[in-house]
Amino acid sequence: MGDHPHHDDEHDRPLSGPALRAKALESLLTEKGLVDARALDELIDTYETKIGPRNGARIVARAWTDPAYKARLLADATAAIAEFGFIGRQGEDMVVLENTPKVRNVVVCTLCSCYPWPVLGLPPVWYKSAPYRARAVIDPRGVLKELGSEPAPDVEVRVWDSTAELRYLVLPERPAGTEGWSEEQLAEIVTRDAMIGVAQVRR
Amino acid sequence: MNGAHDLGGMHGFGPVEIEKNEPVFHSRWEARTFALNLASGFHGKWNIDMGRYAREQMPAADYLATTYYEHWLFGLEKLLVDQGLVSAKELQASRPEAKADAARAMHVADVAPFLRNRRAARLDVEVPPRFKAGEPVVTRNLHPVGHTRLPRYARGRHGVIHRDHGVFIFADTHAMSRDRKPQHCYSVRFGARELWGPGAAACDSVFVDLWDDHLDPA
Repeated sequence: MGDHPHHDDEHDRPLSGPALRAKALESLLTEKGLVDARALDELIDTYETKIGPRNGARIVARAWTDPAYKARLLADATAAIAEFGFIGRQGEDMVVLENTPKVRNVVVCTLCSCYPWPVLGLPPVWYKSAPYRARAVIDPRGVLKELGSEPAPDVEVRVWDSTAELRYLVLPERPAGTEGWSEEQLAEIVTRDAMIGVAQVRR
Repeated sequence: MNGAHDLGGMHGFGPVEIEKNEPVFHSRWEARTFALNLASGFHGKWNIDMGRYAREQMPAADYLATTYYEHWLFGLEKLLVDQGLVSAKELQASRPEAKADAARAMHVADVAPFLRNRRAARLDVEVPPRFKAGEPVVTRNLHPVGHTRLPRYARGRHGVIHRDHGVFIFADTHAMSRDRKPQHCYSVRFGARELWGPGAAACDSVFVDLWDDHLDPA
């Protein structure tokens, strides 16, 4: 490892470091009969094409347009999210946090990278990286300011550190000027970052 | 353990940089490492808390100098050897000495049911809660060399029980000895000033999910 020549062109670069180790490990596990390469393909395809933040956006849009659904979502998020069929790994026990004009919720996992897979898919690099995990708890206002959504001084910021097996989804505020929009139109404007709590939804 | 993974409250890592239109995986090896972790976990030789603990044992300087899926690769290699699915010699040589005993690999048809798992750490057992919502608590000042989900920044701090989540597997013992030690897990609210001093906004707070064994009455 680390002995390979360094090429400028990414595509010409021979496998080195983790890429080489991952390939060697896959061959070993396949030859031992411990993994099946087609199952690996299926796992990857699921998170690349089927499970992602569009799921969460549908939940948010429904909550914005259906008060009874919103009440169920806030009372028992796991059951209300399961109404859409969004269940499973890393979303077994869900909690939804409602933003209001006076409260902003921000979700982090300081110890690793816990994230609600069934509704948001796999976490982005920034969520898993040291700057966010270090700063979200000590300086949430600084992080939100840098990311362009600084809360006013009288807005309460609540940071949720996902240290157990509860998984959190932020219900962002519905932006003004979207009265009369359909659920599908609303789902279009809901972003992943708004459902983590580091952005607000804009029309 | 007071490892490099316990990042909450540290300075010096720079700004949070969000990549526009980020792909789910940035390279093939990341995708394969992710999938290898899940497919290896299918054998049931370790639990999720052992998985986290394995990644935490990456040497601290390496942990901070590497990416997320490098942590996953390190953790997987460690678990495979520690739990006997692969020998150290096989891993070193990347060559099998023997087929795995009676192992049945995850097949394509297993993937969807595996991912639609609905039972994680919540347990259907009756354990009396030690605390109720609204009660003041103080976290224990614990520094175990093993796994813990009580982050350093929240040790020895005063908070209030916000919500009782119910009975859960206790991650700290589950990672070390597979002991589930069923107990209540709570959302505990800490004032930002209790954690970070007078420079923090008076109205802000941090909520941490903690178990009975992390807490004492205040």
